[in-house]
Amino acid sequence: MKKVGLLVNPVAGMGGSVGLKGTDGLAEEAAKRGALPRSPKRAEAALKALLPMQDELLILCASGDMGQSEAESLGFDTEAVYAPADPTTAADTVAAARAIENAGAEILLFAGGDGTARNLVTAGVAIPVIGIPAGVKIHSPVYAVRPEAAGELAARVLKGERKRTKQAEVMDIDEDAWRADQVSTKLYGLLTVPDDRSLLQHGKAASPASEASQHALIASEMAKRMKKGCYYLIGPGTTTKALLDGLGLEGTVLGVDLVEDGKLVQKDLCEADILQRIAERETFLVLTPTGGQGFLLGRGNQQISGEVVKRLGKDHLFVLATKEKLFSLQGRPLLADTGDLEADALLSGYMRAITGLGEEQMIRVSGT
Amino acid sequence: MKKIDRSNPVRTGFHQAKWDEPVIFELSQPGERGVLVNKAEKAVCEATEGTAAIPEFMKRKQAPGLPEISQPRVLRHYARLAQETLGADVNIEIGQGTCTVKYSPKVNEQLANLPQMREMHPLQDESTAQGIMEIIYKTNQYFCEISGMDAFTMQPGGGSQAILGMASLVYSYFKSRGEDKQRNEIITTIYSHPSDAAAPHLKGYKIIYLHPDESGYPDFEAFKAAVNEHTAAFFVANPEDTGVYNRNVLKFTSYMHEHGGLCAYDQANANGLLGVTRAKEAGFDMCFFNLHKTFSAPHGCGGPACGAVGCADFLEEFLPAPIIRFDGEKYYYDYANAKNPYGMHKIREFNGAAQVVLKTYAWIRALGAEGLYQVAKTAVLNNNYLFKKLMELPVVDAPYIPGKQRIEQCRYTLEKLLEETGVGTADVQRRMMDFGMHYWTSHHPYYVPEPMTLEPTETPSKADLDEYIETLKYVFNEAYTDPEYLKAAPHSSVCHQLDESNMDDPEQWAVTWRAYLKKYQ
Repeated sequence: MKKVGLLVNPVAGMGGSVGLKGTDGLAEEAAKRGALPRSPKRAEAALKALLPMQDELLILCASGDMGQSEAESLGFDTEAVYAPADPTTAADTVAAARAIENAGAEILLFAGGDGTARNLVTAGVAIPVIGIPAGVKIHSPVYAVRPEAAGELAARVLKGERKRTKQAEVMDIDEDAWRADQVSTKLYGLLTVPDDRSLLQHGKAASPASEASQHALIASEMAKRMKKGCYYLIGPGTTTKALLDGLGLEGTVLGVDLVEDGKLVQKDLCEADILQRIAERETFLVLTPTGGQGFLLGRGNQQISGEVVKRLGKDHLFVLATKEKLFSLQGRPLLADTGDLEADALLSGYMRAITGLGEEQMIRVSGT
Repeated sequence: MKKIDRSNPVRTGFHQAKWDEPVIFELSQPGERGVLVNKAEKAVCEATEGTAAIPEFMKRKQAPGLPEISQPRVLRHYARLAQETLGADVNIEIGQGTCTVKYSPKVNEQLANLPQMREMHPLQDESTAQGIMEIIYKTNQYFCEISGMDAFTMQPGGGSQAILGMASLVYSYFKSRGEDKQRNEIITTIYSHPSDAAAPHLKGYKIIYLHPDESGYPDFEAFKAAVNEHTAAFFVANPEDTGVYNRNVLKFTSYMHEHGGLCAYDQANANGLLGVTRAKEAGFDMCFFNLHKTFSAPHGCGGPACGAVGCADFLEEFLPAPIIRFDGEKYYYDYANAKNPYGMHKIREFNGAAQVVLKTYAWIRALGAEGLYQVAKTAVLNNNYLFKKLMELPVVDAPYIPGKQRIEQCRYTLEKLLEETGVGTADVQRRMMDFGMHYWTSHHPYYVPEPMTLEPTETPSKADLDEYIETLKYVFNEAYTDPEYLKAAPHSSVCHQLDESNMDDPEQWAVTWRAYLKKYQ
């Protein structure tokens, strides 16, 4: 028997239908406004793709509408490994994810939105996950393009046809800010996903080269340019993490790490650390923009303050980005919002981004 | 008997042959044979000393694993495969945007197939090859006239090799000036053909891409920011595959020259420009044309290709050797460039695909200068008829300045169709095959969302254009009425949907039969 985890966030997506821009903390309000759950239906649509191999599968799930009822309605064998509270909360998602992984699931199918993906990051889930898109906000490339595609991909993984995995960014926007019409995307962490193009790949810009191969080329180019005896501050993101991976270094995903001569000097620096290091020797900053809005600075990397930017200067900044990420901006500039107008102005204008081996694109940066 | 009804302009009854034909290696039967090869004549054996002249280490230890098949089975195999293609002779070739697939007059095929041409050898004495040498020489001159360049070579075997030739010219020029180490960057644009980046990169250049501005032109401010003391050249197509002609191109080439760089023109999209604009007046130092596209010699798998590279006089000494010249009495090979210490010397063996040059020569001679201009006018008219008709459809849009006239092709977007129906451009592409038609999206990664790139050339009649438009309309309508059926397309083609999900996984690739046997048997 193959064990497959299934986790349904029953309130995901409810906020969208009643104009709430997300459901985080507002499930009750959404229900009051007449929103109906949509994630159970979407989970079922995904599960249908697994029906041909039903006899070989045991679905590990949480009881009730967090997974068990959806799987049982289609006739799957299930085992509830967690009993959630009623009504369910984000804490239930975290606890259920841990229980499912501990019970030995090979993969975890989960229905929700960016908030649900964040819960999996909190839970520290290490097995490959596949998101069934059901939430209002889908910015994280851990979700399949459609619920059916999530099921099809799970089937391929279970049959051993899709063995490669990769790390994907879990992004979320601050819903309170969004409701006030301010968009602010932040990187919350990474999840392991099957390396497959049916997962959301920076929206609209399909590429024949896998993200992993592009990351490897970008990392090689950057590594070639790193000078001996200089400090390199490596900012957050999967593209910059690929550089650390390429150098064989265990850095942080969300923090700023310091590298010198191929060695990790310090992890997770705060602004004061950074300023102190800059004073020690010639220092370069390596950044990658966030997906979606394309923030270069000011979202998820606030430790790289305006003061840091001014001390380093534009000529000590390297930007790494996949082509898809830059193409998805559709001509919009990358944004710098350090909160320091002088620093933002310093970064404004044209600069180069490394997009491959021996390859750069001219990018436009704008202070917000 | 019933009256034949042709009122439906859409070819709904189309169905392509599907033979489920095995790979030729699978057809092999030990001992089966197609032909008994005669022993070589005595004189040949004596001249070559049989196999004795081949060094021992080069001789095979075992016979090659070629398939053993009888003649009728071989014939059936390839005839079946031929029926499973959607070639230019059977479909209305509008859908392969940027490929300039036009009608290649059959009479030119016959010309190239004459024994005098077919049985020539590139190493035969030039006194016995005066005819084809004259044709190559004169074709070079026609291209000088068409482009304003001073010299041409027909040696490159295709467009990408021609771009490599241009990158080699750039390299030779700066090497001769001692600037080759310093000038190691080439600027190109997102919308230029991928080879405009790939070929210079192969030559060792760092590539810097420009994004388009809001008008669809390469962003001039980004260009100015990109140019520095490391810049060797600007490689660009104009029009790019958007069909938008950059009328400010002279600004770019002038700025590049002011900063010591060269300018190379990718003229793969020249079909709407013949007799209208020239590379020289646009400020370029070199350019290339695809004879197998713009100049009607068959395209792609239809035959060998030729990318003609032209340059200004100050670069001629770096062109590959030999160059064919005329001394007033006879044509001869000039190998002087092979001794140039900075030159590329060769980009391909001999003089390129001579039969392609012959077909081009015949085509140009048949049309004359005014005929070439008419080709451009008709191609632009056809494209703008298509553009206008398609832009009337609510699901079709084209980026940049609304309504701006395109040249010979256009990159549209079906983003609205996707938003409203879930049907994307890849779905439309597969469905068009059910009507015996090609349809092209874009180079990857997509820049225009849900792209559709169409290029009618001068070939199709108005009736052909209307059939293509009606078929597209039928498919767009189906996206609303029966999207699931559309997404499951093709239904009437050779292959139904393939699982592409593993195409980016090198672990699963098998690009030769031997690799396939190793991995999967």
